[in-house]
Amino acid sequence: MKLELQKVKITKVVFGDEFSVKNGVLTVNKQAIIDYLSDDDRLAGVDVELAHPGEKTRIMPVKDVVEPRCKLSAGNEVFPGMIGDVDTVGEGSTLVLEGAAVVTTGRLVAPQEGIIDMSGPGAELTPFSKTCNIVVVLHPVEGLENHNRETSCRMAGLKAATFIAQQIKKAGFTADKVETYESPSYKDALAAYPGLPKVAYIYMLQTQGLLHDTYVYGVDAKKIIPSMINATEVMDGAICSGNCVSACDKNSTYVHQNNPIIKSLYEHHGKDLNFVGVVITNENVTLADKKRSSSYAVKLAKTLGADAAVISEEGFGNPDADLVMNCWKCERQGIKTVLVTDEYANRDGASQSLADTCPEGDACVTAGNANATITLPPMDKIIGDIQFADVMAGGFFGSLKEDGSIFAEIQIITGSTSEVGFTKLGAYTI
Amino acid sequence: MTYKVVHYINQFFAGIGGEEKADIAPEVREGIVGPGLALNNFFKKSDAEIVATVICGDSYFAENMDSASDFVVEAVKKFGADGFVAGPAFNAGRYGTACGAVCKAVGEKLGIPTVSAMYVENPGVDLYKKYTYIVSAADSARGMGKAVPPMASILVRQMKGEAIGTPKAEGYIERGVRVNKMYDEVGAERAVKMLIAKLKGEEFETEYKMPVFDRVTPRPAIADISKATIALVTSGGIVPFGNPDHIAASSAQNYGEYCIAGVDNLEKGKYQTAHGGYDQTYANEDPDRVLPVDVMRNLEKEGKIGKLYDYYYATVGNGTGVANAKRFGTEIGQKLKGKVDAVILTST
Repeated sequence: MKLELQKVKITKVVFGDEFSVKNGVLTVNKQAIIDYLSDDDRLAGVDVELAHPGEKTRIMPVKDVVEPRCKLSAGNEVFPGMIGDVDTVGEGSTLVLEGAAVVTTGRLVAPQEGIIDMSGPGAELTPFSKTCNIVVVLHPVEGLENHNRETSCRMAGLKAATFIAQQIKKAGFTADKVETYESPSYKDALAAYPGLPKVAYIYMLQTQGLLHDTYVYGVDAKKIIPSMINATEVMDGAICSGNCVSACDKNSTYVHQNNPIIKSLYEHHGKDLNFVGVVITNENVTLADKKRSSSYAVKLAKTLGADAAVISEEGFGNPDADLVMNCWKCERQGIKTVLVTDEYANRDGASQSLADTCPEGDACVTAGNANATITLPPMDKIIGDIQFADVMAGGFFGSLKEDGSIFAEIQIITGSTSEVGFTKLGAYTI
Repeated sequence: MTYKVVHYINQFFAGIGGEEKADIAPEVREGIVGPGLALNNFFKKSDAEIVATVICGDSYFAENMDSASDFVVEAVKKFGADGFVAGPAFNAGRYGTACGAVCKAVGEKLGIPTVSAMYVENPGVDLYKKYTYIVSAADSARGMGKAVPPMASILVRQMKGEAIGTPKAEGYIERGVRVNKMYDEVGAERAVKMLIAKLKGEEFETEYKMPVFDRVTPRPAIADISKATIALVTSGGIVPFGNPDHIAASSAQNYGEYCIAGVDNLEKGKYQTAHGGYDQTYANEDPDRVLPVDVMRNLEKEGKIGKLYDYYYATVGNGTGVANAKRFGTEIGQKLKGKVDAVILTST
């Protein structure tokens, strides 16, 4: 299975009468996007705004961030089971509007989540202050049941991102670069590079219920048993986020599409290691589910003959138990592990950072202490609604000051402590 | 500008006397006294100087910790100090404890940088390392020469707003405090490189050492549950509607105490969850699902339990640091002690 990503570099987005891309400037037709998304009777209103790096703009609450992509060949469409048909993706070629992102915001579901500042100290902590953001502001109809509300907001982001890419496909484009990734058959993968250690990626997906869910080919991942997935399928949107509570360490769809652990494993593939496959597993709330999923995921890694695995967590607290089970079950099967997590060490940094532990977890990469606090200065423009600051995870009563500044834990910032290691943030002990 | 530093020492290092003078009350002297001379030689190189020295007897401090700490804080404030240094205390236990306590008080009340130095087994280390930088010193004053340069360096750089490096690089005793920083590479690349090193059997340094937790020994079973008064305590965030104590959706800094005398079940719209870490829909629909007041009332009526305690306690166990959780638990335990025979803890 071979996937070609045809990347068009976007450095600016503007509104216009048509969809086009020229010299890095992406023109989008605002009304066309609104009309396309309004075909959902769960939404009373839709608006679209733009936010660029360096602007004094704050987007909140943020539900999801999606990179505009669409299929160019091999049939089907990205986000299988959500936008595309349920058939397999990860082959042929895909258009990527790199540098652009669709961000969904509006009156979502309590608790409201996630802040993206386009400049200032908060901007340094979110990857999405560096993208040109097409912000979709959503107003679900009053009284809509919460799960339906979440679905309509989630789908709006995926629809907008695909729609924009499809319009550029129609309008024509020249790719700035083409990247090719291969997901070989397991027969070939296991036979390759006999001198190098076989490394698997155990990719944990948050699956704890409303606003804590992840979808694989449209299937609610809490209902799967762990499974193999090809890295190129992930790039084509096989994994979608329904998940934004404590926005710092939730993988938005954009992060799945651009999973940096997969990227890094590809870069070292054939040099330091043989990247043999990706195992997806979930983080359900019951002990039986945790035991079953960790045992099954480790069994898959073992079946692959993996010598080692990178294990990434999504979330904290309850999923720490899943992380720890995955860790010691791997290590006791002779699979060496590195864990990627983040920390909740209290605002003073002096508390223990994880809710579960095992002595086998001797190699751990951390994306930082999410309880650390920050003051986000007032911004000239708010997209969404600032009034939710006090009830967002990471905020507290009194977080929102009269001048429009926000004092909160960095937990409130979208993607700030990404547990797939999307950013450079980490922590150390003094 | 010259950074102003106040120095704290005990009666012995001030040359006043040994144990027989350990009961002297605190006093302030302008300028340098005793070991301040060695420290000041280093401070002077970095535009800093000791402007005053506070001296206190070790026994006096131990017996009057609060008032003696206040005295020190006032003195530091009076001299408008930019930084505060205490000791070195080497292996002197009471002196080390005093140095740690004054550093903590000055740091918390005045918000200025502090530093001390002690032998690693000095009891002051465990008590106060969380609150200040304690340079790892020898067990006697013979180690003065070695202790002074890192003390001066750590204080000066804090005053200048510069970052302090790792315990190993700087020579202080690990405080156990996690500090965020930007690494040179993204986390994913760090993880893959760490795994490669681990596979090759090369040395690697984990970015976080796994925690060690307390284990709680279960209490003996209740002899006669039909006579027992039982309290409900939850980390599932069930609070009266409107969340009157403003418990945060994540990383709670407090807990609430709520009277449920005469309440037979928790009705929708009268109670809710404040917890941001799970699907709130079902808890808000029927809060008894998380805090089972209805079931407890039935058991009470059937005589299967003695009584449901009139108050329940609730916090949010979502992104809440272990240290805060421990404090809430201890305080709630103290409130319930002697009033109930058992507690049912519900999570989410």
